[in-house]
Amino acid sequence: MSAGLTAEGLTVIGRCHDVSTALAAGQLIAICGPNGAGKSSLLAALAGLIAADSGTARLDGAPLASLAARERARTIGYLPQSGEVAWNLEVEALVALGRLPWGGSRRDPAVAGAIAAMELESLRHRPVGTLSGGERARTLLARVLAGAPRWILADEPLASLDLGHAAEVMRLLAAQAAVGRGVVVVVHDLAMAMNHADRVLVLDSGTVVADGPPDVALAEDVLARVWQVEAQWLGAPGARALGLISAATPPAR
Amino acid sequence: MNRLNLSLLSALALAFPLSLLAGRVWIDPFHPVLPNAALILAELRLPRACLAVIIGAGLGVAGAVMQGFLRNPLADPGLFGIAPSAALGAVLSLWLGALGHPLGGWALPTFALVGAGGAMALLGLIAGRGGSVALFTLAGMMIASLSGALMSLAISLAPSPFALSEIVTWLMGALVDRGWDDVLIAAPLTALGLAALWMTRPALDALALGELAARSLGVNPRVLTGWIIAGVGLTVGASVAAAGIIGFVGLMVPHFVRPFTDRLPSSLLLPSALAGALLLLVADAVCRLVPLASGELRLGIALSLIGAPFFCALLLRLRRELA
Repeated sequence: MSAGLTAEGLTVIGRCHDVSTALAAGQLIAICGPNGAGKSSLLAALAGLIAADSGTARLDGAPLASLAARERARTIGYLPQSGEVAWNLEVEALVALGRLPWGGSRRDPAVAGAIAAMELESLRHRPVGTLSGGERARTLLARVLAGAPRWILADEPLASLDLGHAAEVMRLLAAQAAVGRGVVVVVHDLAMAMNHADRVLVLDSGTVVADGPPDVALAEDVLARVWQVEAQWLGAPGARALGLISAATPPAR
Repeated sequence: MNRLNLSLLSALALAFPLSLLAGRVWIDPFHPVLPNAALILAELRLPRACLAVIIGAGLGVAGAVMQGFLRNPLADPGLFGIAPSAALGAVLSLWLGALGHPLGGWALPTFALVGAGGAMALLGLIAGRGGSVALFTLAGMMIASLSGALMSLAISLAPSPFALSEIVTWLMGALVDRGWDDVLIAAPLTALGLAALWMTRPALDALALGELAARSLGVNPRVLTGWIIAGVGLTVGASVAAAGIIGFVGLMVPHFVRPFTDRLPSSLLLPSALAGALLLLVADAVCRLVPLASGELRLGIALSLIGAPFFCALLLRLRRELA
């Protein structure tokens, strides 16, 4: 039985096709690709939230579909792309929702732990609607952490964040991977993936076209082939920036 | 029990006996000189007050659950088409009543409950499999539309002016002349409905984060829609069967209590039950006191008179917030 989160020939018609990969815990894994490449669908299928038309997603060897919803929720924390929060909840109440699979409440020590980990103590009674983008992103991440999942799957957690806040969220996610959690994030910012991820999966038209350490998976020839751009990595490892030399018109998908 | 629930419970405990005394004939508990006071209390006002509490609690909770489920502060139990379908059943019973049928006094509530049950089954059939909130709402709106059209058809084809007048009067919603039989119908069904709605609390909280996030937290959409169809169907069906269409309670009540809670949908259920009961109890007592030559003000009309401006104010506030 293989440990970790694996996909075996995973196909969701019209979104991703025949994806096979094995993801190990303790790493920050970025899924990158152009718009419409099937990143979010792959992530949702790996979280067991959408049914695959063929193939299987497995957690530690067991098909995800065979897990009870509560068991799956306790193991995999999923952060959707929308970041939707109805009712303008207070930060603490929102974070406590992460304890729902455990039947916990906002008095649960895990809630305070997640709030502390995301440095939100001073905001715990603030309504979400009054938070800045970075504070909101940290709050949503704290909600996932409160459930103490072994895996964190986050769909574009950096969307709408400025550079500083995006780097902070990636640093927090890397810290979670460093303590042994499996962290899989969909990111559009290739420099963030290059500087913070341990491994990058590149998707194009629903299939994995590159997989490996960031400097291999996001090599300049991959950028040219997948994103249709001529670009060059600048700077030292860990602090790289992408210099765009020229961009062709992307082909119609 | 928190301060909000305690306050509402205290207000309800105070309002209940006071509502028994109020009416066209006032009853002075310290000088009971009225010869029929005991009869008026036991056979007229007590069942009426009990019904107000039962129906108000049911509609209040159904409204809170609907708003939580749809993540929309403008949602109301009527959106699912269960109330119009129950009303259609009741209208058919009144329509048939002019021709005569063997069920007697039980005919109307039975027909109304069959109407509510039909709407619940149809909702489950159309939207239950996928469990999508959008599909569920659209199915409800279609059922409401269809029931409304059939109700209009039944009214337009009323067999006699008497049946027409009965139908129109009944549709206004009221607790006039309701007795213990109506309490016997409404109480167990509402209790079952409230129990079903109580089961939805964790799922409603999870839905505050959107459907996908809710599923990632272990919510099973099919199970949730099942509980909601059963809960809203039983509470609203029982309410329409006993009192006709009483609108706006489910819309207004959650808004009254939400500012005093942590805004999580689950925190609204108990206070919405208490506030709904209180609202209907007080509104019914006020209806009894309004002097009208033709009798008393219909409860459904009174609540619409309060509810429509409330809804309008709510819309304007939302418009300002969205601007």
